[in-house]
Amino acid sequence: MAQQDSLTGAEILLKALADQGVEVIFGYPGGAVLPIYDELFKQNRLRHILVRHEQAAVHAAEGYARSTGKVGCVLVTSGPGATNTVTGLTDALMDSIPLVCITGQVPTHLIGNDAFQEADITGITRPCTKHNYLVKDPNQLSRVIHEAFHVARSGRPGPVVVDLPKDVVQARGEYQPLAKVTPKYRPQVKGDTASIEKAVEIIAQAKRPMFYCGGGIVNSGPAACQLLTQLVRTTGYPITLTLMGLGAFPASDPLFLGMLGMHGTYEANLAMHDCDVMVNIGARFDDRVTGRVNAFSPDSYKIHIDIDPSSINKNVVADLSIVGDAAHILEEMIAIWRAKQYRADERALRAWWQRIDTWRSRNCLHYENSTRIIKPQFAIQRLYELTKDRNPYICTEVGQHQMWSAQHFRFERPNHWMTSGGLGTMGYGLPAAMGVQVAHPEALVIDIAGESSIQMNIQEMATLCQFHLPVKVFILNNQYMGMVRQWQELIHGGRYSQSHMDAHPDFVKLADAFGAVGLRAEKPGELDDVITEMIAVDRPVIADIRTDASENCFPMIMPGMAHNEMVLGPEDRCMEKPGSEDDGMVLV
Amino acid sequence: MTAWCSSERQREQGNETVTKVAEETNRHTISVLVDNEAGVLARVIGLFSGRGYNIESLTVAEVNPHENLSRITIVTSGTRLIIEQIKNQLRRLVPVHRVRDLTLEGPHVSRELALVKVAGTGEKRVEALRIADVFRARTVDTTNESFVFEVVGSTDKVCAFIKLMESLGLVEVSRTGVVAIARGTNPL
Repeated sequence: MAQQDSLTGAEILLKALADQGVEVIFGYPGGAVLPIYDELFKQNRLRHILVRHEQAAVHAAEGYARSTGKVGCVLVTSGPGATNTVTGLTDALMDSIPLVCITGQVPTHLIGNDAFQEADITGITRPCTKHNYLVKDPNQLSRVIHEAFHVARSGRPGPVVVDLPKDVVQARGEYQPLAKVTPKYRPQVKGDTASIEKAVEIIAQAKRPMFYCGGGIVNSGPAACQLLTQLVRTTGYPITLTLMGLGAFPASDPLFLGMLGMHGTYEANLAMHDCDVMVNIGARFDDRVTGRVNAFSPDSYKIHIDIDPSSINKNVVADLSIVGDAAHILEEMIAIWRAKQYRADERALRAWWQRIDTWRSRNCLHYENSTRIIKPQFAIQRLYELTKDRNPYICTEVGQHQMWSAQHFRFERPNHWMTSGGLGTMGYGLPAAMGVQVAHPEALVIDIAGESSIQMNIQEMATLCQFHLPVKVFILNNQYMGMVRQWQELIHGGRYSQSHMDAHPDFVKLADAFGAVGLRAEKPGELDDVITEMIAVDRPVIADIRTDASENCFPMIMPGMAHNEMVLGPEDRCMEKPGSEDDGMVLV
Repeated sequence: MTAWCSSERQREQGNETVTKVAEETNRHTISVLVDNEAGVLARVIGLFSGRGYNIESLTVAEVNPHENLSRITIVTSGTRLIIEQIKNQLRRLVPVHRVRDLTLEGPHVSRELALVKVAGTGEKRVEALRIADVFRARTVDTTNESFVFEVVGSTDKVCAFIKLMESLGLVEVSRTGVVAIARGTNPL
């Protein structure tokens, strides 16, 4: 026996997690982590949610993290358990979600021997984590766990893997409390004041200004969102948000032009194209946002504020860049605006808003509704109208339904919108919703899904039932991988190669088989009743909404096109007069 | 429809040229101070391969055992923006302490060592030895039919020496890659 005050690795791990304020772990047991699961069994403080697939554990932790602002925690076994987390980890890296994923590993003396359920998980996850650790000494375990949480949440957040060989969690070692660990990783949070002053001066002089903000605001926290709202309202300038940024600024505010990018609004994209000063806070000029880079907002002075220096000048060259945390910098910007008594150029701004209102009046999200068949946009709109008072958390899978949700659901607050932006992971939504529901047991949590995406992690319905998590799965069922079908229709000559699934499960019966509630709407008239019932039931629900299979998601910037070359709808393509111009926009 | 498809393809091609033509490519020597821990070199190399950056030469060794620090010297090439990206991406790695672009930050000394094996007899053997003398290369091994020369200097000098040996019975070369340090009093 070792000395009295030493603990086993498993005990150290749980103590460290408790010190880090972890309340919930999403995980799946296996040989290499049995000593940890044994320790979990002996305590009540940490809740363990037993998923049905390790990928879902990571997405659940992402949903948990994104809806709470805390670090999500995952525990899986070695080998296949660990490799199954790779998609989730990559997703979290792309969308800057703070996670700590603890993976079991074969005992240290077997590492490299091709042992049973061995995988070089630090090697495999090196490019898809912010950082990873292999712990070989139980005395280092608590330090590593504390450092892992620090790295996951500091600077630009991201996933961290801690690989724990079985002998390390069984051996005894010293516990180092959180207070005694001083991590070396110190990213810059405070922005350079001279640059901020210059930025505010340029913003104040703008004639056609545009705020373009992203997930970095949400990651910075609710304070950053409030400060952003304050700054935008003080200036009276228009703002657009990226897919990841939705909710950072209230959608009901007339200054909000909607989402931008490939499926963004006409007004947001044209305002981006024509603005003279662009203020990017916490967004990364993703290719889905910029369209063709050399035609992206050609005449604007670009201010880029980001916590990650490597985001700056990566895709688009910034004229002025500030590295730091959004909340810190926004606070300073507001203070400078006030101190210098800056005023927006009223005349120029009025003219700019007039142009924007002209674009707005095109009503680009309009669609032809039907009394015969449910239009997917209509389904989302009804869902929004019937749930908005409950302030729901919305998760999505990936595809057309995701874009329609982003367009037609209106988000007033941050942390209520969970979607896979960077990686575009089908199968993200259901487990993410599960994580959100765990964090907010009383809240209404909805996964807006497609019938294809939902089948990628449908097994988690069983988890929902086991843990009484009343997540509502709202499937826009059009029998196709809708976005794939849309691209095939628009870009590949209507050759629908492998985008149609002939055999879908009966989702109502499937819900029943899992022990959940299944509902179906086939006609527009049935929609409201199904939504109302779905909300009323205090159990997991799958609502199978049969929608128009031929509907496409517009507006759309075709790949390789610029912001002012949007396709507004099917009627646009019918015109098909190359070079026909409408207020600078080529309708192709 | 067809016309529209082809115009799209042109645009994609156009896009590529725009991003790549932007500027001329230059060679940079970058010094990186890292924690001497398992996997740190894999992180750096993985970053270069994963993001498609060039590595012309890379050397690494522990330089400060007390603080457990290693120094990596990377010679890479790219446009100004790519080089800036490389440095920012390196700084993002958790075990990386400092990243300095020696090429941009003033005068520096860079050296490389090569061991060059040359086999031959007669006039060629004499000529090899004479050129080695001109390059101040040391002879570190010899048989009746071969020499191993140790040549130290800038990359250009090492390359020039190897080139001259080609016609004189060059057998094989082993090179260290570049190590570099800034001139003057200041450390990295």
